[in-house]
Amino acid sequence: MTAEPVTTEHVTTELNLRSSLHGMVADWSSDQRSFKSASWGKAMMWIFLVSDTFVFSCFLISYMTVRMSTTVEWPHPSEIFALEIGGKKIPLILIAIMTFDLITSSGTMAMAVNFAYARERRKAAILMLVTAFFGAAFVGMQAFEWTKLIHEGVRPWGNPFGAAQFGSSFFMITGFHGFHVSIGVIFLLIVARAVWRGDYDVGRRGFFTSRRGRYEIVEIMGLYWHFVDLVWVFIFAFFYLW
Amino acid sequence: MTDASVPQNVAPPPAEVPDVDLYHAHSWITKYVFSQDAKVIAIQYAGTAITVGILALVLSWVIRLQLAFPGAIPFIDANVYYQSVTMHGMIMVVYMLTAIFLGGFGNYLIPLMVGARDMVFPYVNMLSYWVYLIATLVLVSSYFFPGGPTGAGWTLYPPQSILTGTPGHEYGIILMLVSLILFIVGFTMGGLNYVVTVLQARTRGMTLMRMPLTVWGIFAAAVMALLAFPGLFVACLMLLLDRTLGTSFFMPSLVELGERKDYVGGSPILFQHLFWFFGHPEVYIVALPAFGIVSDLISVHARKNIFGYKMMVWAIIAIGVLSMVVWGHHMYISGMDPWFGFFFAVTTLAIAVPTALKVYNWVLTLWHADIHFTTPMLFALGFLVTFVNGGITGLYLGNVIVDVPLSATLFVVAHFHMVMGIAPVLVIFGAIYHWYPKITGRMMDERLGKIHFWITFLGAYAIFFPMHYLGVLGMPRRFYEMGETAFVPASAATLNIVITVIALAVGFAQSIFFYNLFKSLKYGAPAGGNPWRAASLEWQTPETPPGHGNWGQQLPVVYRWPYAYSVPGAPEDYLPQNAPPMRGEHSP
Repeated sequence: MTAEPVTTEHVTTELNLRSSLHGMVADWSSDQRSFKSASWGKAMMWIFLVSDTFVFSCFLISYMTVRMSTTVEWPHPSEIFALEIGGKKIPLILIAIMTFDLITSSGTMAMAVNFAYARERRKAAILMLVTAFFGAAFVGMQAFEWTKLIHEGVRPWGNPFGAAQFGSSFFMITGFHGFHVSIGVIFLLIVARAVWRGDYDVGRRGFFTSRRGRYEIVEIMGLYWHFVDLVWVFIFAFFYLW
Repeated sequence: MTDASVPQNVAPPPAEVPDVDLYHAHSWITKYVFSQDAKVIAIQYAGTAITVGILALVLSWVIRLQLAFPGAIPFIDANVYYQSVTMHGMIMVVYMLTAIFLGGFGNYLIPLMVGARDMVFPYVNMLSYWVYLIATLVLVSSYFFPGGPTGAGWTLYPPQSILTGTPGHEYGIILMLVSLILFIVGFTMGGLNYVVTVLQARTRGMTLMRMPLTVWGIFAAAVMALLAFPGLFVACLMLLLDRTLGTSFFMPSLVELGERKDYVGGSPILFQHLFWFFGHPEVYIVALPAFGIVSDLISVHARKNIFGYKMMVWAIIAIGVLSMVVWGHHMYISGMDPWFGFFFAVTTLAIAVPTALKVYNWVLTLWHADIHFTTPMLFALGFLVTFVNGGITGLYLGNVIVDVPLSATLFVVAHFHMVMGIAPVLVIFGAIYHWYPKITGRMMDERLGKIHFWITFLGAYAIFFPMHYLGVLGMPRRFYEMGETAFVPASAATLNIVITVIALAVGFAQSIFFYNLFKSLKYGAPAGGNPWRAASLEWQTPETPPGHGNWGQQLPVVYRWPYAYSVPGAPEDYLPQNAPPMRGEHSP
């Protein structure tokens, strides 16, 4: 009896695994750069996002802790976050739209990155503007939701529906996330302007940094934007679905 | 690289990244004030840190005077005492030690030691300093607001930190929290720079395993800070909301002065978790750069390669990883499930393994070495002694059952001052004496330096060693006065007076250092490029002090590790990292 012949598929997976591990070891024991394909800016954004992940994790864990520590009952999310449309209460409708909006913006952002690398300046800039528009719309809907809740009597220090920590955590965490989106929108507008003008083709220097930028900045911007989206998925799950 | 003298097999690979496009300052303001040069930013950081450090030193005298002569000094009332305790602790830990190690030494040494022209993002680096400066000013400004700075203790535990009984509850606590948030924002900008510079901007031939341990220590500390400061950031923001908007994140229902407060259902323990998730790594954020620097000082001044370089690197990484999962040992007496106590005690004591490994390696580096008792070496040796001392008391406090009676006594104060107060400060002094010639081009006075060392080292020991004894007696920390307390003998009061007198003397003696620092700027002996005959890259710059861009026309190329001392056959007993390889050389 001979052993079962090793299929080519097996061999390739094993080789890939080995070569990628070897590749990683080789990169980290080499000189100059540890992440061979990442520029300084991209590496910096990735590391910043790791740090920011810790910030949002601390926020969400704190929210879960106070939700468990409080002695008062937690308001029911599907009632609080319901919108009355045509005389009917539809739960979570606004959040569904907001989430769809933000995830769509991730799509347009990815397309912008693609066009920027293809040096199709106009298309890239327009897609960035569309992304910024979706971002601004998200913040606008958030403002609408805040207004609605405030009208219903929800305050950071208390609310008529239950535990005071509901309002505190809600305003703090969605506010902090909305702040991230707003910062993203501002930077998207700045970068879109630079792409539109062709700053990265002529090597125009940045106003503050006096350094020449590259089209890679669109991708770095995209990393941030996708991260903010991803965080929203967690906030959405922990806040609205729990 | 087509240098004919270099054998092909050791020639480093070609540059992967084109040389950077440096920002060139044109005016005095952009050169020395709003400077984007890491070396200038380093000096700004260090200068600011030392200035607030002096303020914190004076505050420690206030604490000591009250403990020795309770009520004898009219202006020290209970409020001033608690404010001094709080501000002394917070300034020393965050605004002085963290800032000087990462912002000061990190900025100066990382680009020079890894062979970069500057930090990767000089503009962000500049912002980092200015945000740090604003954070410091906000903190100090709390002295000028009604009620003064907060007296909540440096841990700022709610509920007491924001209740009316605590001094500074009006504005002090708000300014403290805002200042910490600013500090974290500023630090993040700097920290990203340090980490990316080390990972992505090394020169040709500079592998991670050829970096000086100083860079390893600062790098690991910067990574830890980026992961640990988020805990403090969130804690500060939530406490700020509790104080200003009346949210109840950390505040349970409570009655204050017979009046029921509006807070309901918060968790004070949550603050402690968030605070110590930052607070414990913070100890190592301060200690790891000190470990790294001391390794380099010992190696250079003992003319011997560091013993077990790879082990030292892995020990730094192991300490960094472990220190993220030990924070609970600060909360043994807050009440926790015994299994958590068990977990945190085990992880805490496990840190002793890589730490002891480092201590053995330092001692083995000194074994049979050609020790030069220069001022930096003396400070490095002083560090070894105080650190081992503080580390051993750490083993006591890491055990739940020993910690419970010793918690909140002067034993804890003695422990952490030995291990993260005196030990890192000795390293800072040693490092300043060591790198001053590179920064200014002149030597500091050795005689004054030695006087400074002996007063500081012996004096600090005389202050903190007896404090262990007071702690074992049960003398609590943070008490304004003891009054008639049966278990504290009269001799303890005498000991307190002795400690205070020495603390005042040691504090004043630091003026010797500052005199030396400023006098040597003008009158110090010219140092030349490499007065200690050190092998690491920062001593091989074409100019001293290094010019803008550090390396002149061409970036250096590295052929070996930074510890090639007492090399047989080498022209000067050491080989700089960038000297072309010798025939038959076997440096890592």
